[in-house]
Amino acid sequence: MKRYLVKRVLLALGILFSISLITFFILNIMPGDPVALMLGDTADPNTIETVRHNLGMDKPYLQQYLEWIAGAFTGDLGTSYFQRKAVAGLLASAFGYTARLAALSYLIALAVGLAVGIVSALNRGTLLDRGLMTLTVVGISAPSFWVAIILQIFIGLRFKAIPIEGLDSPISYLLPCISLGLRYAASIARITRTSMLEVMGQDFIRTARAKGLSPARTVLVHMFRNALVPIITVVGTDIGTLFAGSMLTESVFNIQGVGKLLVDNITKRDIPVVQGCVICVAVVCVAVYLIVDLLYAAVDPNIRLGGEQA
Amino acid sequence: MLTYQGYYRESWELLKKDPLAMISLAVVVVLVVVALFAPLIAPYDPDKQVLRQKLMDPCLEHWFGCDEHGRDILSRCIYGCRVSLSVGLVSQLIATVIGYFMGVCAGYFGGKVDAAISFLIQVFSSLPDLLLAMALMFALGSGLLNLYISLGVLAWSRTARLIRGTVLQLKEKEYVRSCKVDGGGDLRIILRHLLPNCIPTLIITITMGIPSAILSEASLSFLGLGVRSPMASWGSMIAASQDYFRHKAFYSLFPGLCIIVAVIAFNTLGDGLRDALDPKLRK
Repeated sequence: MKRYLVKRVLLALGILFSISLITFFILNIMPGDPVALMLGDTADPNTIETVRHNLGMDKPYLQQYLEWIAGAFTGDLGTSYFQRKAVAGLLASAFGYTARLAALSYLIALAVGLAVGIVSALNRGTLLDRGLMTLTVVGISAPSFWVAIILQIFIGLRFKAIPIEGLDSPISYLLPCISLGLRYAASIARITRTSMLEVMGQDFIRTARAKGLSPARTVLVHMFRNALVPIITVVGTDIGTLFAGSMLTESVFNIQGVGKLLVDNITKRDIPVVQGCVICVAVVCVAVYLIVDLLYAAVDPNIRLGGEQA
Repeated sequence: MLTYQGYYRESWELLKKDPLAMISLAVVVVLVVVALFAPLIAPYDPDKQVLRQKLMDPCLEHWFGCDEHGRDILSRCIYGCRVSLSVGLVSQLIATVIGYFMGVCAGYFGGKVDAAISFLIQVFSSLPDLLLAMALMFALGSGLLNLYISLGVLAWSRTARLIRGTVLQLKEKEYVRSCKVDGGGDLRIILRHLLPNCIPTLIITITMGIPSAILSEASLSFLGLGVRSPMASWGSMIAASQDYFRHKAFYSLFPGLCIIVAVIAFNTLGDGLRDALDPKLRK
């Protein structure tokens, strides 16, 4: 287990390192000089040169990258070109919003998805099952930003108590969480249903019922516990897209999270901030995958003893 | 022995028995026709501004109403179908070529090549596609061609992973080994023997990849990083509608419904194709 742990952590660091390199490359080949944009059309070329020098942009790319990565290890992600603030500080204040929004949305999605999946499986083939499954297809296919706007129109504008902007009061979480969580609720519901149906057909369920266990106890203890494994897999892979989705949700609801920070600064060409945001999301994604992998290894000895990873 | 033609004919027979797949296939065909013949089908010029029709409600002349510049929303949705479908298809073809090449090399050559490519697959699949696509779109600038490229070069990792797995199984088969014993070169094996056997997997990954490319395009255009104005895209129309949603709900509604219909159709067709093409599910 220890060897597997070391190997897996090194791999995660390698992935993060590669992502930072790719991001740095992409952001630095982009046309248009942020400094010229910052100073306006009338700026004198000498001034532009001086500002570039002060921001360290006239150094070779490799040196810029190495300095950036060295700083990143000490928690210094550079300084925003426009706001003159430390990127790490901007990220720290934005991260709270995104984390709370993403976590709450996912928890709600998980609760709703599991409930819908179980109800559907237990009522297989009925009108209820078909109706719920049709809804999940729509939920998976609807773009979250569109769902957000539709919720603003049909709920936010009707009920004055529900704000359509910001995350200031508990009730203001309602619409952003629904729009971000809907597709996850839908996909969790579908997987739960499939997984439950598979388990339901097995002998030990019949045995459990035959020996006199109540239907509720059979469902919750015997079926659900065994149906959980495929569900956990999905939860692990959802985290990355959850952050991507929150970029859009934050934009629609004007929430000052990491996604909004990224979207706002990408148009301003504030490279250090954009780079910081991408790395921040990458760290979260890679960390979650690492945790999920380690959990699997703890459960399944085949993995940690060096079985082929598909 | 089952020939390739026999295999595809049998798959088609299976697909025909799946009503959901056939309905979604019909919707996909309609969407393709709409995209191809947009200039003939659209009732108005999608970019023509008629100021007195500004934000006109849906009526007999303008079924979906008009936008803030007095442009016909139905016509813009029809042209938007072109953008979405072409981005979906072209980006997936790019992703498939890269993904197939990477996957085959990893599975066929093994060893260090496999280790390097598997690492790259993990790097590219550990970030949400949209994130790097945003950075890339900004680096390249907005526009249709750049959308194809950005979404294509970032989406190859799923295809590569599946192809790698398929090739790992195939390369132990007798006909591949005997070709090798006969002195068949690597390229001959990759193109003559491995490619035809990977085609069902590729058909499925392309069909399943199109809806996510459509959603990514819509998201990028929504954020202003997609198509260049005034080109109509479902995502950019939804973005523009945001300023008017207090009074003109229809404006936000229609482009979103278009996205949902397209995404559901391709997803359902993909499910059907997977069931029909998977030999493991056959008896």
